[in-house]
Amino acid sequence: MSPRLLLKGGRVVDPSQGLDGERDVLLADGVVAEVGARLAPRGAQVLDVSGLVVCPGFIDLHTHLREPGREDKETVATGTRAAAAGGFTAVCAMPNTDPVNDSSATTRALLERARSDAVVRVYPIGAITKGSKGEELAEYGDLRESGCVALSDDGRPVASARVMRRALEYARAFDLTVVDHCEEPTLSERASMNEGPVSTVLGLRGAPGAAEAIVVERNVLLAGLTGGKVHIAHLSTASSVDAVRRGKARGVRVTAEATPHHLLLTDQAVKESGYDTATKMNPPLRCDEDRRAVVEGLRDGTIDCIATDHAPHTVDDKRVEYDQAAFGVVGLETAVALCLDRLVSAGVLDLARLVALLSHRPARVFGLPGGSLATGMPADVTVLDLRRRREVDPARFHSKGRNTPFAGWILEGGPALTIVGGRVVWKDLPGPRR
Amino acid sequence: MSAYPHRHLLGIEPLEPAHIQAILDTADGLREVLDRPIKKVPTLRGKTVVNLFYEPSTRTRSSFEVAQKVLSADSLSIAAAASSVQKGETLLDTVKNLEAMNPDMVVIRHASSGAPHFLARHCRSAIVNAGDGAHEHPTQALLDALTLRQKKGRLKGLRVAIVGDILHSRVARSNVWLLSKMGAEVVLCAPPTLMPPGIEALAPVTYRIEEALEGADAIMMLRIQTERMTGAYFPSTREFHVRFGLTEERVRRARRDVLILHPGPMNRGVEIASEVADGPASVILDQVTNGVLVRMAVLYLLLGGGEAA
Repeated sequence: MSPRLLLKGGRVVDPSQGLDGERDVLLADGVVAEVGARLAPRGAQVLDVSGLVVCPGFIDLHTHLREPGREDKETVATGTRAAAAGGFTAVCAMPNTDPVNDSSATTRALLERARSDAVVRVYPIGAITKGSKGEELAEYGDLRESGCVALSDDGRPVASARVMRRALEYARAFDLTVVDHCEEPTLSERASMNEGPVSTVLGLRGAPGAAEAIVVERNVLLAGLTGGKVHIAHLSTASSVDAVRRGKARGVRVTAEATPHHLLLTDQAVKESGYDTATKMNPPLRCDEDRRAVVEGLRDGTIDCIATDHAPHTVDDKRVEYDQAAFGVVGLETAVALCLDRLVSAGVLDLARLVALLSHRPARVFGLPGGSLATGMPADVTVLDLRRRREVDPARFHSKGRNTPFAGWILEGGPALTIVGGRVVWKDLPGPRR
Repeated sequence: MSAYPHRHLLGIEPLEPAHIQAILDTADGLREVLDRPIKKVPTLRGKTVVNLFYEPSTRTRSSFEVAQKVLSADSLSIAAAASSVQKGETLLDTVKNLEAMNPDMVVIRHASSGAPHFLARHCRSAIVNAGDGAHEHPTQALLDALTLRQKKGRLKGLRVAIVGDILHSRVARSNVWLLSKMGAEVVLCAPPTLMPPGIEALAPVTYRIEEALEGADAIMMLRIQTERMTGAYFPSTREFHVRFGLTEERVRRARRDVLILHPGPMNRGVEIASEVADGPASVILDQVTNGVLVRMAVLYLLLGGGEAA
């Protein structure tokens, strides 16, 4: 049994209950026991969090832990430590591992590994199709029963509309959300970045925004047709936001996520960095018009949550010619600080909104426990220090991946304390308290 | 400040007009060296240059080699097919190995856009871009400009039509930057499938070759690469020639003293008719001589800069 822990004197921001005010939070037996003013329970360890912000634990719906198969890029141990250091108490692990997580055996093995190595909660995502080949459906019943919380062929978009239709239909039986990386491959063949004036100047092959939006439109239509639940991964274009917005307006069960890099950077970063492969990911950084539309989608509720698409790679996979480099950036250790500095401090989102986008709302998208500090919820808590200033230094990442386009950025605000099941798994409290 | 303040030549885009002017003036100043009975000066004696060619090239590579010999630099040419690249060595490892030889300059031709920038980040030598993917081919644009200036006496105010596969062409990009920086009026012509998105921001675009050629002082033809001919960019080479090819009849829309340039190698009967390629307006062979001169100028400015020639 975990000890009783009292978080004292903090500002509690819990959008799931519309709460924003000074409260104490008592965690006991792995759950939230009480949230109230000036609690004085007997026998609890007390942590002074005055001046800090206490939030429901943050949940990342889109993480690549790389284990099994690519332990040189990341492991459950390193990936979940990166999550904890970044303020996340739970991560959803994408199934594009080797082997692909398309079976209960692989799911169980991952959960077994998580029990021994993970410091935050790991929720497996199962494959939509066997081997993520886009042909035959994986066994959703088994996947659900063994612990999968959603389905995705991430990185290998489901090319066939027929297969996507069947997946959305069949997943209904197990109440699983189908997550799609939306990309029409014939339009994005061999692309390394967004297609537009910047790719023209750089002479790099580009993928037009339409390559994504076409599939977003298709998926919204198919979710409408089947009554299934579709979640659009890392949405990045204005047309995609528009498709989701229209779908929601007519009652289609569609949700969407956006990543910090798509919210904060544009394809100009590829040029300004002189072809730095840390700016290469899929979907690519888009133009500013798209970026602003994604921010607007986040503000108006079209986009349900912020997810990292944490995609660690080895130095060798990235220190090559731009068009040869692997796609992806790490995100777990930068996402929260970036959002606090560039979205909240910048006045784009208020703090409660950001907390909702990282906790309550992602929990709701996949129907996960947590995302709330209501009594009886899991004792998963993220504590933020809004005043801390840190430079993003990849050398200090817990992740094996160093591939970030944000190196050297100085960010105000970040996670100070990460608590999972009532246990402190990461602590970076301001000076005097240490 | 020196006439050419950069350490590398990665592209035309980052250059100021004064830097371009400096390279062209230096090239003109070196012209007499090629007319001497003994075509060799000791300017770059003791300097080492590596020519690293990851793509086949006859013209550009031999032009750099001649320029290096004339200036007495020690040079070494590595063709990808003959090096460890075939054994799967990464660009970084190749560069680190080359660097152990401590060259003063690396001239690189590579199919990946940005490869010269990668080298500039990872090694100490001066880097010269000899063509990277569809990004830039700065010395080609410089030799084209030198040719135009030699024949027309100026660049400012010239009307230049660039015709052909703009989408995949690094030559087109470098020329658009250079000519517009130097005050020439550029018009681009290609079928819409071979026009890169957003290029209109850099130069006006037309899909009608007749319109592009109207009143042109110079026509730059771009090669249609064989692999594109079957890549669904256009229905057939026959239709391409009929609609977008440079024929004698079309040349008549340009000024009487029009110059015709082609970076080579040409596809006769596709983008250019033989009568035009071999006709009196063609300066395709002058381009070759001027190619040696601009490369000498670039070598000199990057390696010998500041000292007297």
